Amino acid sequence: MSALLECRRLTRRFGGLVALESLDLSVEQGSVLGLIGPNGSGKTTFFNVLTGLFPASAGEIRFDGAAVAGFSPQQIYRAGIARTFQRSRLCLPLSIFDNLLIGNHRRLDHRLVFNLFSRRALRRQLDENIAEARALLAAFDPPLAGQLFEPAGRISMINRRRVEVCRALISRPRLLLLDEPSAGMTHDETVRLMDDILGVQQKLGLTIILIEHEMSVIERITQRCAVLNYGRKIAEGAYAEVARDRQVRQAYLGLE
Amino acid sequence: MRAAAVAIAATAFAWLLLRAESQAAIGALLLLAVAAGLLAARMRPAAGRATLAAPLAIAGLIALALLLREDDFSLLLVTRVLLVTAACLGLNVQFGYAGVMNFAGASFFGVGGYTAAVLAERMPHLLVLLCGGLAAAAVGTVLLIPVVRTRGHYAALVTIAFALLFRTFLEVNDTLGGPQGLKLPELRIGPLHFNDAIELGPFEGSFYLRYAALALLLVAIFFTLVRRLERSFVGVALDAVRLDELAASTFGVDVARWKIVAFTLGNFAIGVAGAVSAFMIGFIAPNNYTFAESLILVSVLLLGGIGNPWGLALASAIVIVLPEKLQVIQEYRFLLFAAMVILILIFRPAGLVPRPVRRLDR
Repeated sequence: MSALLECRRLTRRFGGLVALESLDLSVEQGSVLGLIGPNGSGKTTFFNVLTGLFPASAGEIRFDGAAVAGFSPQQIYRAGIARTFQRSRLCLPLSIFDNLLIGNHRRLDHRLVFNLFSRRALRRQLDENIAEARALLAAFDPPLAGQLFEPAGRISMINRRRVEVCRALISRPRLLLLDEPSAGMTHDETVRLMDDILGVQQKLGLTIILIEHEMSVIERITQRCAVLNYGRKIAEGAYAEVARDRQVRQAYLGLE
Repeated sequence: MRAAAVAIAATAFAWLLLRAESQAAIGALLLLAVAAGLLAARMRPAAGRATLAAPLAIAGLIALALLLREDDFSLLLVTRVLLVTAACLGLNVQFGYAGVMNFAGASFFGVGGYTAAVLAERMPHLLVLLCGGLAAAAVGTVLLIPVVRTRGHYAALVTIAFALLFRTFLEVNDTLGGPQGLKLPELRIGPLHFNDAIELGPFEGSFYLRYAALALLLVAIFFTLVRRLERSFVGVALDAVRLDELAASTFGVDVARWKIVAFTLGNFAIGVAGAVSAFMIGFIAPNNYTFAESLILVSVLLLGGIGNPWGLALASAIVIVLPEKLQVIQEYRFLLFAAMVILILIFRPAGLVPRPVRRLDR
């Protein structure tokens, strides 16, 4: 096993505020890493820096051996990192299929002449994408695959969350970043979504970083987890070890 | 069947309205149209894809033009509606798909017109029309950096500033005729002389018939391209840029690139329409290309249904024909359009003919 992602001394400042301070983190190929910590501890900032939305103030990021710090969001995505957002960011007026096509951007042909004039080849590629989208959605919820051309604004919250995960998965990324997938869902819905994600993960050999406040989820599906507080990593290890850590209990889990 | 009936009824209605002289008759026809519109809004849309809609619309327009064959004024109106539709199709790619607001539509229409006036004596006219579009696209590149680097209202302000600057520039520029403007020669394409009356055996028709045919051809071409663009991977990328720039960029969508492509393609379409329009009216001046005219183009888009080519063809007809036929409102047309746009935004924000959800399986 080798590290797919390695961050060294990764730092991000907003003016005087240090949102991420000298973070060292590495994620093994094919594993699930949990990222936990109180609100404002820098978890989402880490995702935003990793995906190129905010440039890092200092430090390095190596993805699959290549230095990717300073890459644009587009370059990061093309390198094989995809994400979901804490608050759903689907394009609600567009159909589910259109949303999945956005996620599949790097594998589509966007030349203008091709799109305007190669009607038959475009049709073929569309049909291939439709079949692929149906299969992916069916892995999460078979009835959802039948709603491919419903506007995303007209489906339930849990289905929106599923579509968002599928939008991140359809381009077959190597690293998937999940930002609180359980937010706004019931316990049972969360359990089911997580099982479905794990099923796909094992099939594709995917690596996942998961931000989550639901500790039962973290305990059940992560091999390791890292705890952030005020932008610094205060502990790392298997959940059982981390949960015993005094500092972690003080900062996050609550000290009796 | 139903589609054919609607096409015949719409053609007959357009003919009656354009030929009607008395204000009372026009008023009655408009009330009829409003009633029909309300009725249509209540009916369920026909199932399946309207594959016949485009051929029927073209047939209806050809029938209308032939019915009006010697009526110069009505044919001029029909042609103006078609040219405004062509320009708005361009605006639709910018605003309706990529979300780039352009409040300088009339200026790019003017770039096309002035380019035609300057080049008309120097090269074949078909090439001149093409150059009108290319010039508009090229002038648009001046705005690219500010338009791409700003968002929403700020990009709109940039284009408003450009519209005002453009008109001032035309007024003080002597080589472009200053406030007096420029004259254009007759449009000639191959053997066709556009300003000769038409005589084919017993058939006689206004010279505007040729312009109407050219404008219809232009609309048909732009319409086809815009529909194809919408129903492609590029169309999806443009929508993603408009709806959520941040999410789009995390999925590799190059936001700046698509804004540039949409803005440039749109300006090209507006410029070609402007060049044809300039040949038709034969004389252009800065007053044809005011900021108010740009607002008319934007109101067509809002009225018709942003992103729906059919809607903006309908809205062009309303916005161009209404003030010409209803003389009472002529003086107040800007006031009326402003009120209409506000009402639409409140009660039917997606426009008269809302854009349907794209179905890429058909």
